Amino acid sequence: MGKRVAKEVSIAVADAVAQCRVDVIAAYPITPQTHIVEHLSELVNNGELDAEFVTVESEHAALSVCIGASATGVRTFTSTAAQGLLFMYECLFIASALRLPIVMVVANRSVSAPISIWNDHGDIMTMRDAGWIQTFSENGQEAVDLVYHAYRVAEKAMLPVAVNLDGFIVTHVVEPIELLDQELVDRYIPPYRPKYKLDPKNPITVGAIGVPEIYTEARKALDVALENSYRTIVQAWKDFEKISGRKYQPVETYRMEDAEVGMVIMGSLTETAMNAVDKLREEGKKVGLLRFRLWRPFPYRDFLRAIGKVKSLVVVDRALSHGSTGGPVGIEIRSALYQSNKRPKIVNFVAGLAGRDVTVEDFIEMFEKGYTYMTKKAPFFYEIYGVKE
Amino acid sequence: MPKSPGLVSWKKLPIGMFILEAGNSVKFKTGDWKSMKPVLDKEKCIKCGQCWLLCPDMAYSQDEEGYYISNLNYCKGCGICASICPKGAITMVLEEV
Ligand code: SF4
Ligand code: SF4
Repeated sequence: MGKRVAKEVSIAVADAVAQCRVDVIAAYPITPQTHIVEHLSELVNNGELDAEFVTVESEHAALSVCIGASATGVRTFTSTAAQGLLFMYECLFIASALRLPIVMVVANRSVSAPISIWNDHGDIMTMRDAGWIQTFSENGQEAVDLVYHAYRVAEKAMLPVAVNLDGFIVTHVVEPIELLDQELVDRYIPPYRPKYKLDPKNPITVGAIGVPEIYTEARKALDVALENSYRTIVQAWKDFEKISGRKYQPVETYRMEDAEVGMVIMGSLTETAMNAVDKLREEGKKVGLLRFRLWRPFPYRDFLRAIGKVKSLVVVDRALSHGSTGGPVGIEIRSALYQSNKRPKIVNFVAGLAGRDVTVEDFIEMFEKGYTYMTKKAPFFYEIYGVKE
Repeated sequence: MPKSPGLVSWKKLPIGMFILEAGNSVKFKTGDWKSMKPVLDKEKCIKCGQCWLLCPDMAYSQDEEGYYISNLNYCKGCGICASICPKGAITMVLEEV
């Protein structure tokens, strides 16, 4: 077993990336991702990591470099946030459709305007449809573990993976973190040997045109690959448990066993929400919490199982989907429920935009709304929680 | 029958829709996209090869006499060769269909 050492999470994440023996790193610095790539560039500069660090002129170039490098059969890494992610946008869809196992860490940050460097999920939620596997961490240890997991999954499923951690709230916190022993990492993530790669000795075409007679089939193949990656993802967590003792699953639950009001949440706010659950439980209220660790492919079976027999479900989104019927998570959940026979009331909040605090009391109030709507009609849309009128 | 039935089953597509056979673009005659085609005036041509070098579709090849001739099966009619030719030896003319 490795030793638990107090480290800034960004540094630990970068160390984990280095342990995965990445060959090419291409990144452009953006707050709050900066420390991750700075530390990697230090490791390369000091000769501690044998990798190519490409200092690109933009995020568009960063992901493009990863796409090109990955197509030659090497292991790649990039990291970004907010506007940087948006600047990568067109390349995101190319990376997944070309089935390139790129790993990207997103230090979640709200998108402009107004300019904000603080945390919410406004950036990552824009790439819901991009064909990437997407996981969300709650704390530093989990972020590090999801990086190891990402490489194992990416190269088995041949899909890119985005690992999310909340900007500042996770990235800049010093936490006791246990990195795996190198020997275990090497066993968990064997050398990358793709079946096909760009190689002058055996030329192939990557990124060809898809005429109407073939585009649909190409996209179907990606769609099925992402759906099938679910099994790879779960298996990789089981394998990870064997080497680390840390157990992960697609949906995490907290005191959901007999819950009548459940809350759905993602990312680091979960720990605050747990405190609210504990307080309400002390008062005899049957409340519980569930958190998506896996967001793409959407683990609808785990979700439907996890909600048990709740009468209402409070969904706390960390992003807006302007002009739609809910926050991104709210929409997804309503859609997942529709074809099932479970019919909890959905109370959808958008909270904690751009790092605004969401306290235990706030969560209690949201749970109370869940109780209110248990017996009456829930509002169709969503509420931006705590907005000053 | 649907208008554009799929060519290949999605299950049979190589991963990432890679094309595993090198040089296969020769099989796809993309020349029918163009509306204008380059016409060479051999009187003016000095065989410098700039048209060959700069054609984005690699449509040019040399004939026995050393003139660069565009293969209209692949020429897209972009006009780069005509605009780059130092001697004005190439004229773009409307292609008759
Ligand atoms: S660029 Fe003009 S002069 Fe030069 S080879 Fe081509 S046609 Fe001839
Ligand atoms: S018109 Fe364009 S595509 Fe056609 S031969 Fe000239 S340069 Fe090549």
